[in-house]
Amino acid sequence: MEKGFLKEVRIHARAGQGAITTASLLGDAFFEEGKFAYAFPHFGAARMGAPMNAFVRISERPVRLRSQVYNPDYLLIVDPSLVMGFDVFKGFKEEGIALINSEEDFPIPEMKKSQKVFFIPANKIAQEIMGRPLGNTALLGAFCAITGLVKLESLLKAINKRFSGKIAQQNIETARRGFEYLKSTSRR
Amino acid sequence: MKEYLEGSQAIAKTVALCRPGVISAYPITPQTHIPENLAEMVAKGELKAEFVNVESEHSAASCCLGASATGVRAYTSTSSQGLLYMLEVIFNIAGLRLPLVLTCANRAVSAPINIWNDQQDSLTARDTGWIQFYAETIQEAVDLHLQAYRLSEDKRILLPVMVNLDGYILTHGYEVVDIPEQELVDKFLPPYQLDYKLDPENPLTLGVLAGPDYYLETRYAIQKTMEEVLKIIPEIGEEFFKVFGRKSGGLVEGYFLEGAEKVIVAMGSVCGTIKETIDELRNEKERVGLLKIITYRPFPQEEIYQALKDIKEIAVLEKAVSLGGFGPLYTEIKALFAGKKESPKVSGFIAGLGGRDITKGSLKTVFEKLSGRQTDCEFMDLNLSPNSQR
Repeated sequence: MEKGFLKEVRIHARAGQGAITTASLLGDAFFEEGKFAYAFPHFGAARMGAPMNAFVRISERPVRLRSQVYNPDYLLIVDPSLVMGFDVFKGFKEEGIALINSEEDFPIPEMKKSQKVFFIPANKIAQEIMGRPLGNTALLGAFCAITGLVKLESLLKAINKRFSGKIAQQNIETARRGFEYLKSTSRR
Repeated sequence: MKEYLEGSQAIAKTVALCRPGVISAYPITPQTHIPENLAEMVAKGELKAEFVNVESEHSAASCCLGASATGVRAYTSTSSQGLLYMLEVIFNIAGLRLPLVLTCANRAVSAPINIWNDQQDSLTARDTGWIQFYAETIQEAVDLHLQAYRLSEDKRILLPVMVNLDGYILTHGYEVVDIPEQELVDKFLPPYQLDYKLDPENPLTLGVLAGPDYYLETRYAIQKTMEEVLKIIPEIGEEFFKVFGRKSGGLVEGYFLEGAEKVIVAMGSVCGTIKETIDELRNEKERVGLLKIITYRPFPQEEIYQALKDIKEIAVLEKAVSLGGFGPLYTEIKALFAGKKESPKVSGFIAGLGGRDITKGSLKTVFEKLSGRQTDCEFMDLNLSPNSQR
């Protein structure tokens, strides 16, 4: 067994929606805090628009387990249309937290009391800031806020390493807004 | 410096540190990110190398053959069908005794078309005269590339090296990787110098016709050199440790072999998942272990024999199969114990073909099956419906 803590994140998106970048940014944020993360993709069909997953496995020591994530502690649903056609909640942990990229709440399967699901208007936030509906960094900001596993500052550092100039600034702003959205107690 | 990198990016950075003069590659998933990264470094002027764009893998390999024959350090990478398309040239490079490093991002072969990971591509190239390494982690892949150049260009060897890393799992995975300083790489890897090379000032011919009077001896020479390689790999590993302060690579690696009753033998990234499974089973007092094969060619038979001779039950778990026969590694491990007294029970398992996920659950099943009857070639995690025979 992994010593210390081991957390697993499963991202649901369509190929081309930046799920791998999202996973690697999250992994890099943990790296900034001296932790180890293995971020990796799994493609269903190898084409744009096809449903795909990216995973992040986080630990205090190097991650050796190479299999996919079947019992996620955290779910990041980048494309809410996937909730309809797929069982995105399959294997969802008892104390799991799911973040869905959607402006409006919509019906989802019944959850256990200990499981939490949040709807975040991530694409709306991104549209306002960068003029494009790429809400991935807003979801990551929200992840920092709700889990407390990794600091927002670490995520922002990772974003700064990955992007430069205007794109970096816009994504930092988007991440901050996602963070603040979930920090505001009215949404809890 | 420790960085958080994609496997392909880490390999590209490492190759750049080895200062190749010629890079030639053709895109094929999941290898593409490696040459893309290198091409970008060349275009930005960060890497002084000639990046030769070609129309196929056959030409990429030919281009590297030519570069190496003129005394220029070269690099190429490929996967799956790309490696198969190179194969004719792959044999030639070894036959000409030319140093070269090739990264194979392991992927299944067609048909049916499948872009996901297994190791059928490189295992198909096992008889070519190339040295073959298999990496468990991105860090190990990085370290093996450095050692590969050193080994390949060693005057006692002069053979090409293929460094294998599992497609997607390692090429597209992100991990913390320690990328060494240029200064240290330069210390470890001296400039490439070939005593006999293609040079207009001193003309010579390489690869001339060798009839029945000579050909046999050229193959014997490679076979003898391969025996030398087994001695030189640990030697280079020691030097690597002295320069970089890290033990990495080698012939084989044991994990909880002492006192083990059941052992899985495997290659590549699945060894990480096997180690995790072993930790869990050890907590339940199961005496299980792993033998990881890092160097597959030359085949480190003595090290494998010594590591396994006292084990009762052995599972050889492979991501490749010789259809109509057995797993290639199984055949060789089994042969090691033929005619020996009290040899272990060796069983063969095929898993993970075409990217089928290998979970801790599948590996626990493999360990359980070892208590049963011996099996030669059992396919794990099959999902057969009554009508899916063909």
